[in-house]
Amino acid sequence: MPYTGKSVKRLEDPELLRGAATFVGDIRRPGMLHAAVVRSPHAHARILSIDTAEARQQPTVVTVLTAADVKGVGVIPMRLAPREDLIRALQHPIASDRVRYVGEPVAVVVAGSRYEAEDAAELVLADYDPLDVVVDPRVAMQAGAPVLHDSVPDNIAGRLLVRSGDVDRAIAEADLVIEEEFAIQRHSGVPLETRGLVAELDRSTGVLTVWGPTKVTHFNREVLARLLDMPESRIRMVEPSVGGGFGIRGEFYPEDFLIPFLARQLGRPVCWIEDRSEHLLAANHSREQRHLVQLAVRHDGTILGLKDTVVTNMGGYIRTHGATVPTMTAAYLPGPYRIPNYYCEALSVLTNKTPAGTYRGPGRFEASFVRERLLDIVARRLDLDPAEVRRRNFVQPQDMPYRTGTAEFFDHPVTYDSGDYPGQFERALSRFDYASSRAWCEEARSQGRSVGIGIGCFVEKSGLGPWEYARVEVDPAGEIVVYSGAAALGQGLETALAQIVADGIGAPMDRIRVVHGDTAVVPFGVGSFASRATVLAGNAALAAAQRVRDKMLAIAAHELEVAAADLVVQDGRVSVRGDEEASLTFGEVARLAAPGTALARGFEPGLAETGYFEAEDMVYPYGVHLALVEVDRDTGMVEILRYHVAYDAGRLINPKLVEGQILGGLAQGVGGTLLEELAYDEAGQLISGSFMDYLLPTAVEVPHVDVELTEEAPSPRNPLKIKGAGEGGTVGVSAALASAVADALGLSSELRELPLTPERIFQLSRLAHAAQQTVVSGDD
Amino acid sequence: MSTAKRAIRVTINGSDVTATVEPRRLLVDFIREDAALTGTHVGCEHGVCGACTVFLDGQTVRSCLVFAVQADARRVDTIEGLAGDGDLSPLQHSFWEHHGLQCGFCTPGMLMTATELLASNPSPTGAEIRHAISGNLCRCTGYQNIVASISAAAAAPGIADAGSGSGTDR
Repeated sequence: MPYTGKSVKRLEDPELLRGAATFVGDIRRPGMLHAAVVRSPHAHARILSIDTAEARQQPTVVTVLTAADVKGVGVIPMRLAPREDLIRALQHPIASDRVRYVGEPVAVVVAGSRYEAEDAAELVLADYDPLDVVVDPRVAMQAGAPVLHDSVPDNIAGRLLVRSGDVDRAIAEADLVIEEEFAIQRHSGVPLETRGLVAELDRSTGVLTVWGPTKVTHFNREVLARLLDMPESRIRMVEPSVGGGFGIRGEFYPEDFLIPFLARQLGRPVCWIEDRSEHLLAANHSREQRHLVQLAVRHDGTILGLKDTVVTNMGGYIRTHGATVPTMTAAYLPGPYRIPNYYCEALSVLTNKTPAGTYRGPGRFEASFVRERLLDIVARRLDLDPAEVRRRNFVQPQDMPYRTGTAEFFDHPVTYDSGDYPGQFERALSRFDYASSRAWCEEARSQGRSVGIGIGCFVEKSGLGPWEYARVEVDPAGEIVVYSGAAALGQGLETALAQIVADGIGAPMDRIRVVHGDTAVVPFGVGSFASRATVLAGNAALAAAQRVRDKMLAIAAHELEVAAADLVVQDGRVSVRGDEEASLTFGEVARLAAPGTALARGFEPGLAETGYFEAEDMVYPYGVHLALVEVDRDTGMVEILRYHVAYDAGRLINPKLVEGQILGGLAQGVGGTLLEELAYDEAGQLISGSFMDYLLPTAVEVPHVDVELTEEAPSPRNPLKIKGAGEGGTVGVSAALASAVADALGLSSELRELPLTPERIFQLSRLAHAAQQTVVSGDD
Repeated sequence: MSTAKRAIRVTINGSDVTATVEPRRLLVDFIREDAALTGTHVGCEHGVCGACTVFLDGQTVRSCLVFAVQADARRVDTIEGLAGDGDLSPLQHSFWEHHGLQCGFCTPGMLMTATELLASNPSPTGAEIRHAISGNLCRCTGYQNIVASISAAAAAPGIADAGSGSGTDR
């Protein structure tokens, strides 16, 4: 197969390199108006009145919309993990009587330009009666705390429990129980392109087109249709080029209703592109969790049981992914280790912060941090090498398929499909020169340097079902078009699908074009999230390609008067084996499938077939992160001296693209571990509201990474045998970097909070120094 | 200071673009709207991300921090001017070759910065490249393949004199 497994150059790149690709902000429609959203400045307040009179009079202002104009519009529903208890805290697209987070939309101004819309937005006078604010979920759960939603009196919107075995008995019988609290800070995906939409109603056809949707365009069309009370067939979602998603972009937000509503009402195209401050304030946040864990182990470090209570700060409302983050944490906290007795209670708690959702490796970046820190603490307490503790606890290859004892959506038990965790681990340690690196650290420390090594092992989930749609079509010129229900957010979906179809159908890649995200030409789709796209969309496209190939063989066999078994398909031609003269181009076969010929011969016209791939179970890639760092105790800065990632994706369609996902995910992990925080004050004001305070890693902070990709454990769960790769770069970083910093400072359980900003490291360093002084001065 | 609109003429990629603009109109908005060149992107509007990087009189600037009126009678070069006669430049080819982009949103700004770097430093080390592009944020690639792309372009003929360009990062 000429393409599968090769690092083929991307189809997407030339237009992007020229600056010629169309992102939503590049779309210009005749008569287009511009919207600016007026947002609540209060974290919690009653809305007494909104006076739009002065705003309406501003130059070029066409309208100012408030809740009064959309009376009766429903709530934004959940798409994933739609647990019933969460319904009580869903969000209406615009606030009517109450606001619950700073940034909640209260009005929308539409004017001739964004400048003028923003000018007018400042003149919208909203009168609020401030209510008490709660930002800490621990406080929110206590009696007497401000209540955000009347039907959720304890602010606990949801509660889920995953358990197996008898964890209390394990704790009672253990030789050692580690009990700790961990905290991961609020941060988020922050794609470089902010969110945006352009909506336009075609009055002659009644079709409302929305440019800008991505990730889950078909689901969003369904939601919009319901909220606008319009048939789905009158709504067209078009996915443009997209500047990154990471889980944040593409969910159905309030603006996804408001902008199309305005376009329909005004009968003119409406454009809304948020600015960066708005994005940091109003797009989904993520990651804010607190854990209270107990890990029960034997003397030799083998795990008997793990008990966790995890609180996820959901913000003011529950968004479209419902309880996905807590579900992921509860399902994947064990990672690659055997946990015979497990108990995880996960609470979704409401506070007056921006609503939170899923961000790359949701619930799992957090879980990895907790799990791997615990193992390091065990190692310290039992005087074992941290690598040895892991060795003693890995799920073994012969255990596969392995039921973890945890469960995912709809209580579906988690079963790892394939993997050799110990084998990968040893290879990674060897490639990293682990043993000599430890020795090097000892030597460096004796010279006063604060250096350390950290390990982060994980199992990732990918290939989430339930299904994906594809259609492959050959046109009379021999061009092949692949229609996919998945979405492209920069990951190279088109290239991967083209490779798969090229090999599946027997054609050169340059004859293939991939279409996605346009609901007018792609009738069904689930989308791109949870590292599902290549697995689901790729296998669906393969199925469709194979069916087209079969049809071509049948048509060509009839035309060339041979049996189909005597034909070969390659390079865009169907030929008789051993006789290249007797052949047809794809285009010729397609022309033979035209209605005139096909109807006469009695077969379905056209050379196009659909393909679906259904996945009942996910597929599980796995990896190891190893970091060697140096900490400057005076400045609190962390320098990453060496970083290694080992990752097994089962089978690699395009190794370069997979490596790109690991590297990109890793940079976000570095940001999330060391730099990024969506910080709030007690009044519920976001104080890191711009890039001056919310620090994204630059080329200087992200290290050069040695990535080793393997295909040791193909998945038995799909024909391509592939697993996803979107998130493995991120989830190991919180573990490996935190462990390395702890090692460098000579700390153990003292390091249990992220981010490891210079300030926190400076404080930890003083703690370590004080502890050492105690050891030196006081032994009785 | 008057807020009345002013007529300006800016030479963009060699062609004159005229418009009457408010003094507060950002150069990036002038480029994207009045000149209809949307390859230059807006990532933050407060001068940190670098997605809006263009040349102003031959030097990189953040066009979200420049007013259009400041570019009157001056020369601006944008990403659209990089690929002469429709072919990708050797630097752009190198990004394609080495997977130096994913979503492509930061890419125009990144290419402008890289072009300026290689003009002044034809064989930069990996560390020098990283420092030079540290004002261009990328959220997708983790920078490694961007560094490799720039490094390879530096080492290739047609960009710099054949010499000791570092082919590897660091």
